[in-house]
Amino acid sequence: MTRAESTAAGGVAAGSVSLRRPRPRYGEAVIRGALFAAALLSVATTVGIVVALIVPTVEFFAEVSVLDFLTGTEWAPLFARPKFGVLPLLVGTLVVTVVALIVAIPLGLGAATFLSEYATDRVRRVLKPVLEVLAGIPTVVYGFFALTFVTPLLQDIWLFGDPPEGFNALSAGIVMGIMIVPTVASLSEDAMSAVPADLKAGGYALGSSKRQVATRVTFPAALSGIVAAIVLAISRAVGETMIVLVAAGGTPNLSADPREAMQTMTAFIGAAGIGDQPVGSIGYKTIFAVGSLLFVITLVMNAVSIRLVRKFREVYE
Amino acid sequence: MDNSPSADDAPTSADAPQPAATGSGLADPALHLDTPTRAGRREIPEQPKDPVMLLRDVAVYYGGFRAVKDVNLDFGRREITALIGPSGCGKSTVLRCLNRMNDLVRGARVAGSITYHDQDLYGPKVDPIVVRRSIGMVFQKPNPFPKSIYDNIAYGPRVTGMKPGSMDELVEQALRGAALWDEVKDKLKQNAYSLSGGQQQRLCIARCIAVNPDVILMDEPCSALDPIATARIEDLMIELADRYTIIIVTHNMQQAARVADRTAFFTAEADATTGERTGLLVEYDRTGAMFHNPRDRRTEDYISGRFG
Repeated sequence: MTRAESTAAGGVAAGSVSLRRPRPRYGEAVIRGALFAAALLSVATTVGIVVALIVPTVEFFAEVSVLDFLTGTEWAPLFARPKFGVLPLLVGTLVVTVVALIVAIPLGLGAATFLSEYATDRVRRVLKPVLEVLAGIPTVVYGFFALTFVTPLLQDIWLFGDPPEGFNALSAGIVMGIMIVPTVASLSEDAMSAVPADLKAGGYALGSSKRQVATRVTFPAALSGIVAAIVLAISRAVGETMIVLVAAGGTPNLSADPREAMQTMTAFIGAAGIGDQPVGSIGYKTIFAVGSLLFVITLVMNAVSIRLVRKFREVYE
Repeated sequence: MDNSPSADDAPTSADAPQPAATGSGLADPALHLDTPTRAGRREIPEQPKDPVMLLRDVAVYYGGFRAVKDVNLDFGRREITALIGPSGCGKSTVLRCLNRMNDLVRGARVAGSITYHDQDLYGPKVDPIVVRRSIGMVFQKPNPFPKSIYDNIAYGPRVTGMKPGSMDELVEQALRGAALWDEVKDKLKQNAYSLSGGQQQRLCIARCIAVNPDVILMDEPCSALDPIATARIEDLMIELADRYTIIIVTHNMQQAARVADRTAFFTAEADATTGERTGLLVEYDRTGAMFHNPRDRRTEDYISGRFG
């Protein structure tokens, strides 16, 4: 202020020019406050969730030892003689997620490569929104699609050994993979399209084929975006509840055979949450313990992937 | 290295004022008499002997738009040919036709004939990927891959399936060829983007010569560089012309005068009825002759700075 005034005084007759604000801008302050509140609210919600998770989880581990929880092979927390070994749920989650990723990564990256490297503008303009519609289908619909279409289909066409059971991890995983394809494809395509045309032209000018440019120039340059897409896909698969609840069955089962029925961590939370668990009961606390484990797994995975991306990505400019 | 005087020229050319993009040009063409040119240093036949490429009545279309027409050129073997002219005259368009980079632009079409070593470059059985292996390209803005310096050079040999006895040796030779080896030999594993702009451009030239091309196309290779880096690239071009045929697009007439054996001048003219601007070749001659005695009025106007 002082500086502005002195400058004005120096140039023009003193006092004839005012550079002061004519009146306070209250609107600015209100908007600033509102926006800050919006930002704060989301942070506060996250903190609230963590706190809400921690309290019952701590109470849970007062009754059950952490070691029993993490290494026990039997999960029956709501029985008269409860067992709190979380491994069956963990393995169930792992099996379904792996199946989903086996479906989603090749399909998603294939679709992304096609859209960014091969498709004409017109095809891309039509195909990308259609693909993204897949992401808008409610997951319960996917669940019933898995249960009433994919499982019977798998049972009909199964070639080796026993066909999958009526409830099984395989069909839930496959359908979950299909659900995730748009996430992988869309985000990877964004990353690949963001690779400068200059770089691709450099590849072509050295006598590369389209495939070589896609795999050796575009793909490595877009790697950080692609890994981010895959991490988001994993998080969605680990956190997905409805499909597994409907199609994978409700029996905790320590097995790596995707043809069998399994319960995932999320499916347990969903199923137990529907039942009547008196607040403060061990069954109630169990839900939060499993929820905390889910939270920690996702957090660790994100942290690891951020490090991986930093290490392997190719930075241009 | 055979052109040792060029190293001495570097400070001169670096200090010389660079004309603006569309050539505010030189007030007096006679200025060029003082600039030692490659053309002045060696004998250039009146017509290119043993031409590598022949362009006959070439026109290029983007969809329905004719970007350039009536191009007839012979590119001499191991000569440096400069394509000059104002913006929009089609010089870069013509250059990109020579290794079929225009194939990558949707709707681009070439009429007339481009012959490369007696083969029709646009013949039905010609594979553009194979074409680009013998006709390399250096771009306006340095575009190294976001990989290590080593991998940038090794990329071409790898994708083209070359089986060098030693990749390390090939990388070293390419970098030496582009006068970059001494600056980078201790940091081959570093990312190419850690280099300066001029070094990046020389890396791109090294990457190009690593696949042992026959012709090198350069699309305004110095336009993103400072005068000192420009001088080094120009020296390099003159060295490379002992082994490669070089065709360079430049908007810098002094650059053409300094490095090119022959120069082709393009301009753009509006169609009388549609008003559509189409580029065309005005004059093609030995660089010295073109700058001292232009035959066409339009060339004279451009190089003397009356138009552009």
